[in-house]
Amino acid sequence: MSTSSRAPVHPTVVRLGVRSVFGRWRGVLLFALPVVLLALAVLVRVLVGQDRLAAQSTLYGLGLVVITPLVALLATSGLLAPEIDDGSIAYLLATPVPRWQIVTSKLVVALGCVVAFAAVPMLVAGLVLRSDDPTLALGFGLGALAGGAAYCAVFAWLSVLTRHAIVVGLIYLLIWEGLLGGLLAGIRWLSISRWSAELVDRVGGVFLVDDLPAAYAVVALVVVIVLATWRTGVRLRAFNLTGDE
Amino acid sequence: MSSIVVDHASRWFRNVVALNDVSMTIGPGVTGLLGPNGAGKSTLIALMSGFLAPSSGSVTLDGEPLWRNEQVYRRLGLVPEREALFDHLTGRQFVVACAELHGLADAGAAAQRAIATIEMSEAQDRSISTYSKGMRQRIKMASALVHDPAVLLLDEPFNGMDPRQRLHLMELLRTMGAEGRTVLFSSHILEEVEQVARHIEVVVAGRHAASGDFGAIRRLMTDRPNRFVIRSGADRTLASVLLADSSVRGVRLRPEGGLEVEASDFGRFSEVLPRLAREHAVRLHEVTPTDESLESVFSYLVSS
Repeated sequence: MSTSSRAPVHPTVVRLGVRSVFGRWRGVLLFALPVVLLALAVLVRVLVGQDRLAAQSTLYGLGLVVITPLVALLATSGLLAPEIDDGSIAYLLATPVPRWQIVTSKLVVALGCVVAFAAVPMLVAGLVLRSDDPTLALGFGLGALAGGAAYCAVFAWLSVLTRHAIVVGLIYLLIWEGLLGGLLAGIRWLSISRWSAELVDRVGGVFLVDDLPAAYAVVALVVVIVLATWRTGVRLRAFNLTGDE
Repeated sequence: MSSIVVDHASRWFRNVVALNDVSMTIGPGVTGLLGPNGAGKSTLIALMSGFLAPSSGSVTLDGEPLWRNEQVYRRLGLVPEREALFDHLTGRQFVVACAELHGLADAGAAAQRAIATIEMSEAQDRSISTYSKGMRQRIKMASALVHDPAVLLLDEPFNGMDPRQRLHLMELLRTMGAEGRTVLFSSHILEEVEQVARHIEVVVAGRHAASGDFGAIRRLMTDRPNRFVIRSGADRTLASVLLADSSVRGVRLRPEGGLEVEASDFGRFSEVLPRLAREHAVRLHEVTPTDESLESVFSYLVSS
């Protein structure tokens, strides 16, 4: 048995994953999303100056609720869904590489995208908006990282459950996280964006979510990441090459 | 020497039965899996390659289950039918990646060997997106061969290949079979199977229709009753003389003209027909077999 089969990630799967993300049109969108966030941050700073409320609204409303989940969705769905759809995943699966290692390797690539295209831009946008309050930028950066990781795990799971992972993912973001999350206060207990916002509250010293214990948010994020990753591995182990004929 | 044993395996998708109680053993040498399109060949190969669980029965490689057992891929190579590959890679990058995934110590050397075996060395540094159908098929072969597996499963490997590539792949499969590897390939074309495999397994409509030496199955296929439509200058005369011959089972005059003939001995009939026509001065305008499709051959096999 090779040593790489015991490592948490397989370097070849990571390398193929990186090429797969940036070899498609999704790669361009991944670059475009943080540009939009940074451009808006610069615009707000120029127009409003160093304003706490304006910074908070920009980073939360656009960064944490829109850019972060979209980056996670684009990165994750670009890693698994197309290969499952066209059957080329068979070349990864017809090897002795453990299925969980394929999943963790793909998630590492997706997480790398979250860091590069959501967490770091959020940090930079935070510093642009409030250069006098670096903890705010740090809070939003960490929130984007934690939320993005949970989104990646959930979207990876969706990719192995349905051939329409992007559509289902978008519906989930718009309806559950967006519409219902805004209308019903109780959604905060079951919402990745609210959990990550609670982290921002704690680290960044802001007030985005009411009445949600930070410990609960952290545990909920960890449970979702572990559970979704594990279920993705289980599902991939029972992958049917012939699909749903 | 490895063997795949399919033991009373069935597979259904909701209420559609794709494979029905199939039992067969695929041993060393080249075996052809023959059957019309939609017969269940791909389902059977998916079962044999661990990419599908049997709904009932079992499928094992040297006694080990194939389903949910990624360790079997150390001994098994698969060439899927679907064409999708990692198009953003070059052929060499793809095969090297496959070698790395198999944990080979010198992935580069193993990839070079596999690429040379399937004669793709010249095109190996081109992007896979520029490959023809035949080249894709060959690079898929290289990825399946890179870890030198004892068992090789190929789903419709000749699809899209030009005649020269086809001959080369046939030669390659024969060589691998002669080396003692267990090679199974599926095809819906009788002649393809005939040229490579001595042993064949026939699957029709999800059932295991026939198994054994190619010659015996070929005889079963050619000895079946054959139907022809014949248009001639004197249909009634031809009908009477044909009916008198033992190779013909029945003749019917068609209202729109011509004869419908059922021959019980195809070999003798094909020799007798022109001779009788010549002897009785009957001019043959058209002789058309009406049930030459592979499907009709297979349905005959199932009913026999």
